[in-house]
Amino acid sequence: MRKVRPTLDDTARMMSETNETVTITIDGRDVEAPAGAYILDVAGELDIDIPSLCAHPGLEPFGACRLCVVEIQKPGWDDWYRQLVTSCLYPVADGLKVWTNSEEVRRNREVVLDLQLARVPKSDVIGDLAREYGVERTSYAERDTDDTCIMCAICVRACDAVGRSAIATLSRGPDKYVDVPDKDACIGCLVCAHLCPTDAIAFVADDNGKRTIWDKQFDLVTDERTGEVLGTPEYLEHVRQRATDRGLRWPDEMKHESAKVKRRTYSSKLARVGRIEEPAE
Amino acid sequence: MSKGNGRPFRDANALLARADRIRAQRAKLKHEIRICAGPGCLALGARAIHEEFLTQISEHKAELKQAGLALNTTLAEKCTGCHGMCEAGPIVTLEPEGTFYTGVKPRDAKKIVERTLLKGELVDKRLYELGHQRGGGKVEKYADIPFYSLQVRVALRNVGVVDPTSLDDFLAAGGFRGFVRALSEMTPDEVVTAVEDSGLRGRGGAGFPSGRKWRSALRVKEDRVWLICNGDEGDPGAFMDRAIMEGDPYSVLEGMMIAAYALGATDAWLYVRHEYPLAVKHLQMAIDTLENAGLLGDDILGAGMSLRIRISRGGGAFVCGESSALMRSIEGRVGEPRAKYVRSVEKGLYDQPTVLNNVESFTCVPAIIDRGAEWFASMGRDKSRGTKAFSLVGKVKHTGLIEVPMGRTLREIIYDIGGGIIDDRPFKAVQTGGPSGGCLPADKLDLPVDFDTLTRAGAMMGSGGMIVMDDHTCMVDVAKYFIHFLIGESCGKCVPCREGLRQVHDMLEKITSGRGEDGDLEKIERLCHTMEVGSLCALGKSAPYPVTSTIRYFRAEYEAHIRDKMCPAGVCPDLIMYEINKECTGCLICKDHCPTEAISGEKKKLHVIDEDACISCGICMSVCKFDAVDIKSGGVIVSRDEAVV
Ligand SMILES: Cc1cc2nc3c(=O)[nH]c(=O)nc-3n(C[C@H](O)[C@H](O)[C@H](O)COP(=O)(O)O)c2cc1C
Ligand code: SF4
Ligand code: FES
Repeated sequence: MRKVRPTLDDTARMMSETNETVTITIDGRDVEAPAGAYILDVAGELDIDIPSLCAHPGLEPFGACRLCVVEIQKPGWDDWYRQLVTSCLYPVADGLKVWTNSEEVRRNREVVLDLQLARVPKSDVIGDLAREYGVERTSYAERDTDDTCIMCAICVRACDAVGRSAIATLSRGPDKYVDVPDKDACIGCLVCAHLCPTDAIAFVADDNGKRTIWDKQFDLVTDERTGEVLGTPEYLEHVRQRATDRGLRWPDEMKHESAKVKRRTYSSKLARVGRIEEPAE
Repeated sequence: MSKGNGRPFRDANALLARADRIRAQRAKLKHEIRICAGPGCLALGARAIHEEFLTQISEHKAELKQAGLALNTTLAEKCTGCHGMCEAGPIVTLEPEGTFYTGVKPRDAKKIVERTLLKGELVDKRLYELGHQRGGGKVEKYADIPFYSLQVRVALRNVGVVDPTSLDDFLAAGGFRGFVRALSEMTPDEVVTAVEDSGLRGRGGAGFPSGRKWRSALRVKEDRVWLICNGDEGDPGAFMDRAIMEGDPYSVLEGMMIAAYALGATDAWLYVRHEYPLAVKHLQMAIDTLENAGLLGDDILGAGMSLRIRISRGGGAFVCGESSALMRSIEGRVGEPRAKYVRSVEKGLYDQPTVLNNVESFTCVPAIIDRGAEWFASMGRDKSRGTKAFSLVGKVKHTGLIEVPMGRTLREIIYDIGGGIIDDRPFKAVQTGGPSGGCLPADKLDLPVDFDTLTRAGAMMGSGGMIVMDDHTCMVDVAKYFIHFLIGESCGKCVPCREGLRQVHDMLEKITSGRGEDGDLEKIERLCHTMEVGSLCALGKSAPYPVTSTIRYFRAEYEAHIRDKMCPAGVCPDLIMYEINKECTGCLICKDHCPTEAISGEKKKLHVIDEDACISCGICMSVCKFDAVDIKSGGVIVSRDEAVV
């Protein structure tokens, strides 16, 4: 079979069990990496910090935030010539040279963060990141808003992964925004809100047995013995449906991942909440 | 005339025999009336003209017969695609003599039948006047009009010549010779080699060598390869691909068929811009006809080849023309671009190998196969071979659709073919490459127009838009205009394009309204650099060109806006003032027309404009008959209305 770019699940699989490896140079270090893995993932394994806002290990790469840009040089290129690429989408190949923190890389991240800061002046996450790149205040026209959405579309992709596809990006260009066009599709699982890197999605997790997100109120089901919140009835029904659709046994008692979700724990387990492979214990 | 014989062609010989038969029939034609039914002429009433011709021909049947003219044997009439000179429409031409009538009205049909067909006289009033202006000198044949005589038509070879709804017409014009040659005399490999040798580069924007793309698709060993023809053409003002799809649909299909043969593709999509219903109609008619004729479907011409071509209506956004967005759109998903680190010849439509080319690129292919790669490569310059279609618009005397060999200079295109600037005003700039192209100044007029030269100069070939601007154009305003367009077209997925365009527009707005500050230009340049290298797709990557190219060539004009609060071209409303000069006769006209009553004055006395009440609408200037209103900017007179001088 011909070698193809790994998609979503392939990437993770290849990172662990692929047999084909390539040698690349990353910030001067020669390293071995699974062929076809993305630069961002390879760097992550090596504890090289590449900032990223729209990448998530459990979701299809998107390439929207442009923070993860790095410089590369392919074998055979002129010595002076490098190209800026999106590391969350760029598959490594033999002989590739990567610079994750060069002047050009930093300059571009700086402008990108400067732009983001103008978009979401109230976001601490962006503010902190921008400061790391020397941007104290935005040099552009600041939006007058409390909104902190940076349009990374993690929520959209997460909801897709959950199997609901309730969230969509609407409109285009600078007016583009994220919303839930069909409220019925939302099951109140909170995955979107928990994965949002800038906490832009407002929600109330548990207020007297009620939960609110996307302007929709849900009831909550609790574990009779422990009193632990299991989720909304819509959510439980959805997970049960998905499990039975795949012919999986539905245990009488099931602890739900989402109840334990910590904010921004970027574990791939979390994003897989909707893609249950086997019943949880 | 019959539109096909309804039976499928058994093999290539049967098809060629049919073409010969039709050509023999056509050889008997003494006159053929060609009524242009391109978008411009249709809008001006081409259908009514066509009907009137039919009426007149039947009313004059007896006389025509006496003159040896019988409809469908020695006399023919037909509607064709766009002739390219829409401003002079409706256009009617007579073949074989090449008479060129412009501005034709339905009642002219009678005159043309009675005088030209029956007596061999010309209808003087409808002859073309050079420069499209009175006193320009009348011209009889279109071969004598520089607009046409300086063109070399390859992609547009049949547009304006054939009836786009007739397979027979296409066959008579040499259609399917290329396909038959490929199918019966060449191996797929040889076809790809021919396209490589021709030097053909993609006409859709990026100029990627088509042969190389096809070659790499051949190397991908997968069963299935998709073929896609990009007919999205979202550039405002561009209509090359439209003219081809509407006026010569069979050539587009023939190009795709040759590609399908070479690449082993059995499934193809034609992605047609949403706003082009006539193109869809003609292409669909052509597809249906070819299916019935055994030229599409299974076992094509008995040679065992199968091909199915389907039409997909575009997503209605400029960005849908971008290849990865287009593929998503065909898949029924949101037309947003993806990063292309894996080539679409490996993973394109449905993540399967895909070859995508532009309409004009495909249309060149049959000509290349039919006439040979050397012939195509003999035209052009450097690494840009063959010809290229352009839509020439703006402040040029002859606007329209043209095709020239690569390497002609901008001056030849604008002055020789386009006839120069309207009112013979000074040329200021030409914008090439569509909305995200660059603007080139007068000292670049002698640059040869080819992919690499334009790119080096900070502009681009794009899909072939050319907008000519005269000295009344403010380049900062132009940059702002294009950025504004692109804001509406950005898909909004990635940060540099989405946020960057907004901020660039903000800063340009600031500059044109007189609030520019020192350092603004540097800030814009820095931002533009990040957009160019850091955006996800080519829309964002090229979006800064209108700005970077104007800063590069017209920096002084930006600086005048920023430093002196002056718009040298007298365009930006916040930076200009209208002032009445000594020529004023006190006629009160301007005073009567001013919407804010900013003008005071009495009859026969010099009028005065109150600066504070004036909103710079320019109405006074346009109504003044005495050239008594000046535009002042930064304290000096920057423009005088010379229209009445
Ligand atoms: C924003 C954007 C819009 C585009 N629009 C078109 C289009 O309308 N038609 C077209 O043929 N190519 C368009 N392209 C270029 C295509 O992505 C692609 O390069 C081209 O269709 C390939 O065909 P070619 O190699 O024959 O030129 C566009 C590119 C971008 C970035
Ligand atoms: S560059 Fe613009 S059009 Fe292209 S993906 Fe980014 S936002 Fe969308
Ligand atoms: S993480 Fe790569 S673009 Fe956002």
